[in-house]
Amino acid sequence: MTGSANEPIKRVSIIVSHGSLEGIYPGLIMSNGARMEGIEASLFFTFFGLYGIMEKTMDSLRVATVGNPAMRVPDAKGFPLPTVLGAIPGMSAFATSMMKKEMERLDIPPVREFLTMIHDAGGEIYACKASVDMFHLTRNDFCKEVDGIISVGTFYEKAAGGQIIFT
Amino acid sequence: MTTKQFGTLTVEVDADGHLARRTDWNQNLAKIIAREEGIDTLTDRHWTVINYMRKEFDAHGDAPSIRKLTKESGVDTKELYALFPKGPAKKAAKIAGLPKPKGCI
Repeated sequence: MTGSANEPIKRVSIIVSHGSLEGIYPGLIMSNGARMEGIEASLFFTFFGLYGIMEKTMDSLRVATVGNPAMRVPDAKGFPLPTVLGAIPGMSAFATSMMKKEMERLDIPPVREFLTMIHDAGGEIYACKASVDMFHLTRNDFCKEVDGIISVGTFYEKAAGGQIIFT
Repeated sequence: MTTKQFGTLTVEVDADGHLARRTDWNQNLAKIIAREEGIDTLTDRHWTVINYMRKEFDAHGDAPSIRKLTKESGVDTKELYALFPKGPAKKAAKIAGLPKPKGCI
């Protein structure tokens, strides 16, 4: 066992596995927050999480309104949105624009800017090799902040001595 | 409330070790706190950040987010982390005599 309750965390490795807006952001916020506290941080994007670092998709991520029974309108204290209505065309775009507006108000940057911020802060950003191969992608499909495409084994090596968080 | 000695001065600090009263703060005290935090010399660039944070706190009652700080102070993210290694927001706030920032970003 490493660390104890009163020993500060020194390093976190955060896995991002979902490609929706709400799937990508928690990992970004937590890794940036780690750097702000002086904690070493690395991000490992896998499966649809890769959409958060792909040039083509990273600026147009959306909130999932289908298969999201927790969704309420117009906000968290509103009425539950019947899941079938989440499939209406434009519903996801609407939920996304609502959420982006709130994030901007809280000074949470868009995904691309957030990744630059984390990278400039010393956070490391990796893509999962197995997922990259599965999706037929190459280094050129990703934003410049990506430090490499690495295997699960390398990820564990890099995570050594720290905490691993799966999102 | 705990007290802490900085040089010859004894001041009250909060649970996070930040100054409890802003009125106790002066530039000399900032230099002493900075040294404790591992920053030997406060350069003009450090002061740009510190002064910006104090101004923001006066206006809004909390330290600015890192994003706002880097956009408005002229010190970018890389430089900010180089100036205040191991936790820029918290360290800069401590040196500036402000409480620990409340925000997450």
